[in-house]
Amino acid sequence: MDHKKLQGQLRLKILGLHHMAGSGHIGCSLSCIDMMISILKFRDPADTFILSKGHAATALYTIMNEIGEIPDEAMDTFYKNGTTLPAHPVPLKYKAIPFATGSLGHGMPLGTGIAKAKKLKGTDGISYVLMSDGETNEGTSWEAGHFAVTNKLDNLVVFVDKNGLQGFGSTQDILGDTAAANKWEAIGFEVAEVDGHSISAMVEAKEKLAASKNGKPKMIIAHTVKGKGVPHMENKMEWHYLPMTEDMYTDAIKKINTDYGI
Amino acid sequence: MRKHFSAFLEKVVTENDDIVFITGDLGYNALENLVDKMGDRFINAGVAEQNMVGMAAGMASQGYRVICYSIAPFVVYRCLEQIRNDVCFHNMPVYIVGNGGGYGYGIMGSSHHAIEDIGTLSALPNMRCYIPAFIEDMNACLGEMFARRGPAYFRLGLGKNMPADMSLTTYGAATGQNNNAALTIIAQSPVANNLVAALQQPGVSAKTDVFIINKMPLAELPDDITASIKKTGKVLTIEEHVAIGGLGSAVSLLVNEAGVPVSKFKSLHAEGYPGGLYGNQSYHQQESGLDEQNITRVINTYF
Repeated sequence: MDHKKLQGQLRLKILGLHHMAGSGHIGCSLSCIDMMISILKFRDPADTFILSKGHAATALYTIMNEIGEIPDEAMDTFYKNGTTLPAHPVPLKYKAIPFATGSLGHGMPLGTGIAKAKKLKGTDGISYVLMSDGETNEGTSWEAGHFAVTNKLDNLVVFVDKNGLQGFGSTQDILGDTAAANKWEAIGFEVAEVDGHSISAMVEAKEKLAASKNGKPKMIIAHTVKGKGVPHMENKMEWHYLPMTEDMYTDAIKKINTDYGI
Repeated sequence: MRKHFSAFLEKVVTENDDIVFITGDLGYNALENLVDKMGDRFINAGVAEQNMVGMAAGMASQGYRVICYSIAPFVVYRCLEQIRNDVCFHNMPVYIVGNGGGYGYGIMGSSHHAIEDIGTLSALPNMRCYIPAFIEDMNACLGEMFARRGPAYFRLGLGKNMPADMSLTTYGAATGQNNNAALTIIAQSPVANNLVAALQQPGVSAKTDVFIINKMPLAELPDDITASIKKTGKVLTIEEHVAIGGLGSAVSLLVNEAGVPVSKFKSLHAEGYPGGLYGNQSYHQQESGLDEQNITRVINTYF
């Protein structure tokens, strides 16, 4: 399974949006776009998806545009006055974006509620949540995690974008590694650790865990690089915030075109 | 009211299998009937109110109407962002039921009181707060809440039966209009029972029009209240809630916007903890001037 070209094309679209808008949040979108491809390009119609790290909205908008959920005309309005696509997702605009996120720690409770509802109704499908490793600082993540374990929600699959950086430092330095596999395993999750930029590895892990009806909620800890694909952004906290200069944009496009075989 | 609330709920959850009840680990000696009736649809979310409300929004997105139950302050303040972002922004049918409210938990202390709940929640988009005063209007509120598929807050206090001279209205309850009325009284929540007691003194009922408003926010002043104020020119509001964001401020704004002349306007409301001392609900009502004796005294200043 080779999706390298698609991974590169969507990166170019993300950079294009940020270039058009002169906006930040580039690094966190490049960090998780491959995870979104793995979840959303290969999903069952009964599955639901919540992007908990709402600041990666350009990655969300780009993949939603790719799968036909957001029209091209709307993409052209990104970040502009009167848009449906501001820096964080907004409510009630696109069916495929069921919840407006942007404040951290909301996705796991929402996804857990969806998984519980599916169990109660006896309906199929997986409740997917994509969250950042920094978000595992939030108490709500642990509240939801314990509920999911006790209620045997094996239809909940939580992807953690583990790039090791959060708002103002490294996750390790700030609260310790709250996204450590052994911590989540200790409360009862079934955990897999994968390369968060390998579509085939993530799809394989996802399919394996989603098929495992053992009563355990699932977590896929995806090891990622913040800013993946643009060397001067990679593993640098400031690329959570900074916009690109013209030169940086030109260089980034060249690099991605070369590295992703476009 | 709690007994009647429980009975109403038992009936509605039996008849509707799309209703889920989530408790924040409360309900001993109160909700056992629901546990029996609801089976899997009765969920204990543990001492984790934020997750309870976030999950409720997730469940509502899958077609359920979801009740979130706890002591009022815990289910209002702890999870305000979940109520705002997850429930209200998406207009989800999640019903926040706060037991107590006002000074309802009395000697349990300030952590267990909720005297800013209505102002806080009624400011949120799509939210409707129900604050019944009597058993009869509580049942009406519950009926409306379950029929309305959107966010709601239900403040569950300790009310009595509605007085015989009052009737239910779309906004709550009211006495008939008195031609000789010199004062319009507007009250909210079971503290209205103190007002009912104050009205028993001879001659007072004939000089007052009394209205109970049990839904907030108040988008417009009901026509019969406007007519009464036009007649009396004098208003007294009574609520077990702080002045900011409460009934008195809402009525004041609407009366002024409507250009209805008022010569005297007084708001009796929760004053917080002015003496820094604590007691039962009646003690705190008295400290705020919401007791029968003070309400009587204030009413008499209008005549």
